[in-house]
Amino acid sequence: MTMLTLSKAINAGLHHALADDDRVLLLGEDIGRLGGVFRVTDGLQAEFGADRVVDMPLAESAIIGAAIGLAFRGFRPVCEIQFDGFIYPGFDQIVAQLAKLHYRTKGAVRMPVTIRVPYGGGIGAVEHHSESPEAYFAHTAGLRVVTCSDPQDAHTMIRQAIACDDPVLFFEPKRRYWTKGEVLDDLPADPLAFTRARTVRAGTDATLVAYGPLVQTALEAAEAAADEGVDLEVIDLRSLAPLDVDAIAASVEKTGRLVITHEAQRSGGIGAELAASITERCFDLLEEAPVRVTGFDTPYPASALEDHFLPDLDRILDGVDRALGRRSSASAAGRAEARPVTGGEGRR
Amino acid sequence: METHTQFPQDSDERGGDAREPVPVDHGCVQLLDPDGVRQEDALYDLFVADLGHAELLALYEDMVVTRRIDTEATALQRQGEIGLWPPSLGQEAAQVGSARVLRRGDFVFTSYREQAVAYCRGVELDQLMAMWRGTALSGWDPFAVGMATPAVIIGAQTLHATGYAMGCQRDGSDAVAVAYFGDGATSQGDVNEALVLAASFQAPVVFFCQNNQYAISEPVGLQAQRPIADRAPGFGVPSMRVDGNDVLAVTAAMRIAVDRARSGGGPTFIEAVTYRMGPHTTSDDPTRYRDESEVVSWRAKDPIARLERLLESEGALDETARAHVASVADAAAARVRAGCLALPAPDPLSLFDEVYATAHPGLERQREEYRSYLAMFDGGAR
Ligand SMILES: Cc1ncc(C[n+]2csc(CCOP(=O)(O)OP(=O)(O)O)c2C)c(N)n1
Repeated sequence: MTMLTLSKAINAGLHHALADDDRVLLLGEDIGRLGGVFRVTDGLQAEFGADRVVDMPLAESAIIGAAIGLAFRGFRPVCEIQFDGFIYPGFDQIVAQLAKLHYRTKGAVRMPVTIRVPYGGGIGAVEHHSESPEAYFAHTAGLRVVTCSDPQDAHTMIRQAIACDDPVLFFEPKRRYWTKGEVLDDLPADPLAFTRARTVRAGTDATLVAYGPLVQTALEAAEAAADEGVDLEVIDLRSLAPLDVDAIAASVEKTGRLVITHEAQRSGGIGAELAASITERCFDLLEEAPVRVTGFDTPYPASALEDHFLPDLDRILDGVDRALGRRSSASAAGRAEARPVTGGEGRR
Repeated sequence: METHTQFPQDSDERGGDAREPVPVDHGCVQLLDPDGVRQEDALYDLFVADLGHAELLALYEDMVVTRRIDTEATALQRQGEIGLWPPSLGQEAAQVGSARVLRRGDFVFTSYREQAVAYCRGVELDQLMAMWRGTALSGWDPFAVGMATPAVIIGAQTLHATGYAMGCQRDGSDAVAVAYFGDGATSQGDVNEALVLAASFQAPVVFFCQNNQYAISEPVGLQAQRPIADRAPGFGVPSMRVDGNDVLAVTAAMRIAVDRARSGGGPTFIEAVTYRMGPHTTSDDPTRYRDESEVVSWRAKDPIARLERLLESEGALDETARAHVASVADAAAARVRAGCLALPAPDPLSLFDEVYATAHPGLERQREEYRSYLAMFDGGAR
C-alpha cells in the first residue's frame, strides 16, 4: 500500500497498463518529455520510449482519429486531451467515428480507445480550462463515460478503462489531482467494476449522488448534515454512461429522497438523466421530487466567480433540505411560487 | 469471396527501384492519351513496364465490370430497391488502377464512392449493396477484405488511415494504409491534420485524392486555388498529379507511392484528376451546376474507352476477350441485383446488438422493453 496523489495514482495505473500490454500506447500533447501539463504521464516516455508514449502534433481530431486507426490495427491507445475545453475539435472523431465503429461493423471492429480528459473547475484557470463536457459524450451511444474521485479509484479505474474493449471517456477531476490517498495495486475481479456506482457513505435519510470532483464535497456536506442529525447516503456514480440506475434505485428505496450534484450546467445534464430515470423507476418510493444541485446554465465564468458557479457544501445542504421537504432559502422561495408549500413549518 | 480478387505477391512486379526518390511532379502525368495512344514518360514508364496484355486485359475487365455494377445499382435505385447510390461512373481508372496495386495485407479507408475499390478488395456484391439498401450500416467485415467501413463524414478516414499506418510501423510490418477521399475533402481539417501527422511520423500511408472536379455542386476551384497536389509538399508529403482517367498513369503513381511507403519512405499524396460523369448521387441534379458541354468533353476522355482503344490497336481485344469480359460484367450485375433483393430485413431486436463490446444493462433493459412491446402485436394481445 502506498500513499499517492490522484495524479500519481493515474500515472501508476498507466505504468501498469504500458508494462502489462505492449499494445497499449499513450498519445497526446506534451505527454512525453514534459510528462503532461499536469505531470500525469511523468517519466513514462523515459521508461517506455517515444514510440509508446507519443508526443502528438497539436491536433485533437488527429489524436483521436489516429487512435481509431491504431485500434483498427489492434492497438489500445490512451489519448490525453490536455484540457476539457480542447476536446471539441476532436468531438466529431469521438461521437461520429469512435463511438459507432463497433455497431456499424456488427462487432467486427473493436475500439478499445481510452480518452483521458482533465476536467472541471476550481483551480482559478483561464477560459476553456474548467469545463465539464461529460454530458455531450454521455448522450452518445457506444461510449462509456466515467470519472474518478479519489486516488484508489483513479488507479483502478484507469487500468480497467484501458482493458475495456469499448471506447472510454475517462474524466479526471483536475482540482483533485493533488488529493492524497492510499492506493493498492490489486484489480477487482469484475472487469466492469469501474462502471458501477459505489456507496462512499451509508445513510438513511436521503441519497446524495455525486461524481468526480464533487464526491469529496458531498462527503463534507454529509458530515455537516450529520451534525444536524441528518443521515445522508453518499454515492459516487463513477459511470456517467451507462448510468448505474440500479444502484441509485436501491438507495432511494431505502431513503425515499434523491439529491444529485455536479459541476456541469444543469440543463440536459447527468443529473437530469438520473432524476428522470429514478422518477420513472421509483416514483412511488419518492417522498419528494429529486433535487439537482449543479453549475448554472451559463458558460463557465471568470475565475473570480467560480465559487458562485460551483456547487459547494452549503448549496448541497440547501438541496438536501429541499429533498427533505424543508423550506429553505432562495430555492424554497422558487418552489413556493411554483407550488404553495403547505404546513406552516415547511417540513412535512 | 469474389474469384476475381488478385493481389500482387511479394515479388517486385515492376522495373524501377522502389527506394529511388521520385521527384515531386505537378504536371499531370499521362501514359495513355484519350485516343488510346501510349505517351512516353521516362520515369513513370518504369513502373508499368511489366504490364503486358494479360495484365491490361485484367484491368480492363475490372473497369468494365465495376461500371456495370454501377449501372445496375443506379437502376436498382430508380426502381426503388435502394435508397441512394453515388455513381463512380468515370472514376473507374482511378479506383481500379490504384486498388489493384495493393496486397491483401494492406488496408484501405475510403469514403462512400469507392465501389470499384471495394470490388477489387473482394467485397461481396450483396454486402456492397447492404449499406444502400439500408439493411446494414456497413455490409462487410473490414478485416476480411482489408477495407474499412465507408466514411460518410468527409475526410474523417484520412486520420484512420494514418493511425493504421502508424500501427504498421510499430508492428514492423511492410503493410501500407491508403486513404481515399475527394477534392472537397481537402478543405476539411481532418485531411490537413492527417497530412501533418503522416509527415511528422513518416507513416506508411498513401493519400489518394480523386479530384472529380466537384463536391456535389461546388467546383474544385472553391476548394483549391492551386492544383491540389501542390498542397502536400507544404506538409512535407511528396505528391504526384496524374491523369486519373489513365489507368496506366494511376497504376504507376500508386506503385511509386506504395513502394515508398512499404520501404520506409513515408507518406505520398496522389491527385488523380478525373471527372464524375454522373450525378453526385442519385438524388442530385447536376444540370443545375454544370453544362452538358462539359460532360461531353469529359466523355471523350473516358477511362475505359481509351484502354479499349489501346488493346484494340495492339490486337489484344478480340471478340472472344470482349465476350468474356461482357459475361463477367453481366454476371456481376446479376449478383448485384439478386444479392441486393435477397438481403434479409434485419431482425428488429438486432437494433440493440453490438452497441458495446461488453454488456450494458440499461440497453438490455430497453431491448427487453421493446421485445415485450413487439410481443403485444404477435400474441394477438389488444
Ligand atoms: C463533414 C461533411 N460535411 C458535409 C457532407 C455532405 N456531403 C456529402 S458528399 C459531399 C461532397 C464531397 O465532395 P468530395 O470530397 O469532392 O467527394 P466526391 O463526392 O466528389 O467524391 C458533401 C458536402 C458530409 N458528408 N460530411
